Amino acid sequence: MGAWAVAFHGGAGMIAKEKMTADWKKRTEVALYEILAIGIAALKNNLTAVEAVELVVRALEENTLFNAGKGSVLTNQGTVEMEASIMDGRTKDCGAVSGLSTVVHPVSLARLVMDNSPHVYLAFNGAEEFARQQGVEMADTETFITEENRQKLEMAKKTNSIELDLCDYTPGLINSRGDKFSCNNENGIVHPDHEPVVHREHEYAKTNGRFDCGHVHRKKGALYQACKAEFETVGCTAVDSFGNCAAATSTGGLVNKMSGRIGDTPIIGAGTYANHLCGVSGTGRGEEFIKHTVAKEVAAIMEYKDLPLGKAVYKVVHEKLPENMGGLVAVSASGEVAMAFNTPSMFRASAQEGGDRMIGIW
Amino acid sequence: MGVWAIALHGGAGMIAKEKMTADWKKRTEAALNEILDVGIAALRNSLPAVEAVELVVRALEDNTLFNAGKGSVLTNKGTVEMEASIMDGRSKNCGAVSGISTVVHPVSLARLVMDNSPHVYLAFDGAEEFARQQGVETVDTNTFITEENREKLENAKKTNSVELDFSEHAPDDLNSGDNEDTRTNGNGAAHAGYNPGQREIANEKTNDHPDRFAIKKKCALHQVFKAEFETVGCTAVDVWGNCAAATSTGGLVNKMSGRIGDTPIVGAGTYANHLCAVSGTGRGEEFIKHTVAKEVAAIMEYKELPLGKAVYKVIHEKLPENMGGLVAVSTSGEVAMAFNTPSMFRASAQEGGERMIGIW
Repeated sequence: MGAWAVAFHGGAGMIAKEKMTADWKKRTEVALYEILAIGIAALKNNLTAVEAVELVVRALEENTLFNAGKGSVLTNQGTVEMEASIMDGRTKDCGAVSGLSTVVHPVSLARLVMDNSPHVYLAFNGAEEFARQQGVEMADTETFITEENRQKLEMAKKTNSIELDLCDYTPGLINSRGDKFSCNNENGIVHPDHEPVVHREHEYAKTNGRFDCGHVHRKKGALYQACKAEFETVGCTAVDSFGNCAAATSTGGLVNKMSGRIGDTPIIGAGTYANHLCGVSGTGRGEEFIKHTVAKEVAAIMEYKDLPLGKAVYKVVHEKLPENMGGLVAVSASGEVAMAFNTPSMFRASAQEGGDRMIGIW
Repeated sequence: MGVWAIALHGGAGMIAKEKMTADWKKRTEAALNEILDVGIAALRNSLPAVEAVELVVRALEDNTLFNAGKGSVLTNKGTVEMEASIMDGRSKNCGAVSGISTVVHPVSLARLVMDNSPHVYLAFDGAEEFARQQGVETVDTNTFITEENREKLENAKKTNSVELDFSEHAPDDLNSGDNEDTRTNGNGAAHAGYNPGQREIANEKTNDHPDRFAIKKKCALHQVFKAEFETVGCTAVDVWGNCAAATSTGGLVNKMSGRIGDTPIVGAGTYANHLCAVSGTGRGEEFIKHTVAKEVAAIMEYKELPLGKAVYKVIHEKLPENMGGLVAVSTSGEVAMAFNTPSMFRASAQEGGERMIGIW
């Protein structure tokens, strides 16, 4: 039998060390240790990787310290739209859900999509209906809405100047850094050195050395700044004693996101991926994880460039993903663990059979 | 300036040569040629790849011969839930939509998500609302429902034995090959040699560990769906060497309402980067599992194989048999199209080269 390993995250974000209250820090560390113990117990007891990641993510969904299940952030309409996905690296079977508002454990519904339906991805009304058919635990949607998240939404709405007036094109705002879209420094959760990312196309695009086709810079740069950078998705990767990997991810999404917005969390290959080589779960600006097919990229680099897990993870997070856009946790079939992030913080924890356990925030 | 190239598809499927009526074949060939012309004209006029693919997919959406836009297949509730995605290989910007029921051109809405919103993927009510804000062309949802598709849905419902009773696990049904779920050959759309098989088991990588886990019921459920994939899509590389891809569909006949396939999933049904552009068609669930579109690009980039080899590997070595196909172009102007189903409506052209259309 091989060595088991587990690595999970409670979200990458912009939390500055000096701004995290002692109480918050302590509660977070306790939570990380407790949830790590759940994953370790599952794997020690020879549960499969898929079962282990589901158990860990359920625990993360329950804890309101993290943005998933209870404690999910709110859409621009003040509602909750949760999403999740799970993947079994042994078979590549997977399940995903989006637009949930009453299901207590989105990751478990994703697993039921995988096991009990002919599809791999169900969303919104169809997903909620499937949930009722399957008899999963549901709660009034108000249960998921915390006071803290209502406040986060209010703040996000205040700092949104361009907000939803998407018909007005204002190119002048895209390149200025001193504009009013800068992340709010007063709420105590922004890294002092944080600079709002101005997403210029030419910085990240490979253009084959040919001249630009003359398109004006798109307005996404400024709009990115409008969405507060608190990523806090949750996720877990594990390899069991049989050498099979699995991954699962769950989230409420982005604060003040447009209703109907889907991020990377339910997208196989973006926020979640597992195959015979590794399991990967990401957290960050979902749009970037989708564009860069982050989770799959780690596996592809391992498989086709024959690089070990750690190198593949480093390349993806520090060379491909734009800065301040997120992080990921990963395990390999041989029991390695790798965790990386290009934001100031990422709640995380990991353990290996016969090895150390660790938790971390920065 | 580099050479432009374009490759489009109107869907992979189970259409047997001898069963396609002469009239249907003729109308399809005419459509493929006309729509290919739309793409060629765009690229000759130096439009960027992303605009060319949008124009071509709009034309495919308009044509009821194909399962996208008008002519989309129906969900198990008799409704239409369309989805689409588009990706600009130059910047990797992308846009996707799902659960669309009134928007005439889902691919254009996907482009607006890419260009005019802070997100890359909008679905269902939120997507429809965005469509209204953006002022795109919308119609009453019944406009999309054709009589032919109502019949397809009825047929599909009749052949569903395992259907929606997911609480009853019936392991004995999994391994039987001659249950009533087997494809019906009476409608002229099934390949004579089609055999719903236990493909999933044959294609698993299991790390050589003892398989103590029960065979999942998905095999039987896969057979339940009529294998008419007919998504539409287009890939193109423009005169500046930039690639783009777009895909659009109504999904699977009799799919569960809320079901999302590979078409709006970047990396599964659509992908484009500095090396190539890919658009797939087939059993969406398999394209998602195998991240098909991205796999082509990854093999090109990391194994340094040319487009044709990468496409071959993915379709014939990774994707389970009878599950679909794809079209692709590379930044240097190559075209590759492959499918492991009996048929795939397709067309392609290269600057200074030949144009072709195909069904089998």
